[in-house]
Amino acid sequence: MAKLKTAIVLGATCAGCDVAILDLNEKIFEVDDLCEFVFWPTAMDFKIDDLLALEDGEVDIGIYHGAIRTSEDLEMAEILRKKAKVVVAFGACANFGGIPSLDNLPYDQSLFDLVYEQVPSMDNPQGTVPLEIIELKSGDELTLPKMLKDAGALNSVIDVDYYVPGCPPMVPLIEKVVDVLKKFSETGTLPPKGTVIAGEGTLCEECGREKPEQISYHAFFSPQETKKIDPDKCLIPQGIICMGPATRSGCGALCTKMNVGCRGCMGPTVKVKDHGLKMISALTSLLEVDTEEGMTEEQLEKIVQRIPDPLGTFYRFTYGSSLISKLHSDKEDK
Amino acid sequence: MTSTMQRSHKEIKNTNPKIIMFLCRWCSGKGADLAGTSRLQYPPNVLPIMVNCSSRIDPQLVIEAFLEGADGVLITGCHLGDCHYKTGNYKAYKRMTILSKLLEQIGVNPKRFRLEWISATEAAKFAKITTEMVEDLKYLEPYRKGGKR
Repeated sequence: MAKLKTAIVLGATCAGCDVAILDLNEKIFEVDDLCEFVFWPTAMDFKIDDLLALEDGEVDIGIYHGAIRTSEDLEMAEILRKKAKVVVAFGACANFGGIPSLDNLPYDQSLFDLVYEQVPSMDNPQGTVPLEIIELKSGDELTLPKMLKDAGALNSVIDVDYYVPGCPPMVPLIEKVVDVLKKFSETGTLPPKGTVIAGEGTLCEECGREKPEQISYHAFFSPQETKKIDPDKCLIPQGIICMGPATRSGCGALCTKMNVGCRGCMGPTVKVKDHGLKMISALTSLLEVDTEEGMTEEQLEKIVQRIPDPLGTFYRFTYGSSLISKLHSDKEDK
Repeated sequence: MTSTMQRSHKEIKNTNPKIIMFLCRWCSGKGADLAGTSRLQYPPNVLPIMVNCSSRIDPQLVIEAFLEGADGVLITGCHLGDCHYKTGNYKAYKRMTILSKLLEQIGVNPKRFRLEWISATEAAKFAKITTEMVEDLKYLEPYRKGGKR
């Protein structure tokens, strides 16, 4: 049995996805038995020429993690698509744009101004910013990749065969991927194209917390603000924002087990078009539901305003591929 | 008077703004009916969509209306305490408050999205609000259909 030629390519990523693969413990030996890594710059010494030297379609499994942020990411994604028979979008950034795509917001200032000048911890009196091309005294030129206008998901630029969400994909998910690879190398069959290798339902289905008949809550808290969180009861009635009701299952409810509300890194379930909007719809209708009758607008508003940043809260990982990211800003018209 | 004076200095950027208006069947819809039967004048730019309750309006419908080329979205329901289903409008209020905050973060002008309470007898309020909103939107650029790019 020939080993599967595997390439792992990085985009705009924190490399947490690489670490997640190494977190497999003893299952990593199975990966070693199954796969021959022809490209994985984080783990071994590979250069882009190693990937370019391969023939088109020679790589069996191409895994891409990270968002498409720079022209280099785009180029790498296109090379991977050409070289690999099967491309897997791995992690929240490659699936939905992830945290890098929060920059797509039509802010008044550019990301560069913000990062290199306005951040309070930045000391940059000369106003140095990274340039795309710099000419040396010797006449040589040094170049850096260009920043694209928007950061996006992998499927916004190339055709993607399989999706593995999560930030990073959790061990049970990667084990699932290993099983798919095992089946592929033994029988040559793969799941249908476009399959999301994760659960089907919502996180609530696999979260073991007890859900009351009627869920109602009266204020939002950060976990550090509350004195005591009941470890057996649903987090939402305790006032902790949890994205579970709209988020795909498959992670094993790691966060909610630790008294932390789900942040939605698995993305929406298959029936949901826009993760954040559905979550807003669900969460706000539960707010004060048993006592809302007779409240005034001011009282309701006061509670709702406890969510200071709805965009960062409900779209932490999925802004890049959400419906609302398509809206344009009135500020652009000026 | 002063406000019309100030406005006349600004140029009209959109002569014919399109507004999607969601009405609840029991109060605002009846109010709109009354405005019609009382022959009140209101602009033809509003496209009314009647739903059973203001709480039935999913935030996604509002966003899709914008992406389909609406210049503004107006949501109307019964006054707090008057809901036919007891508390539907409370839910609509909470939902749309967060949604308007979200739209503000994206940079959508707050004039484009409004939530108002119109009862079955408030035909005059119906005419006033629709006229007001159309006037406001005339001074904004047309909202781009299909969104960015």
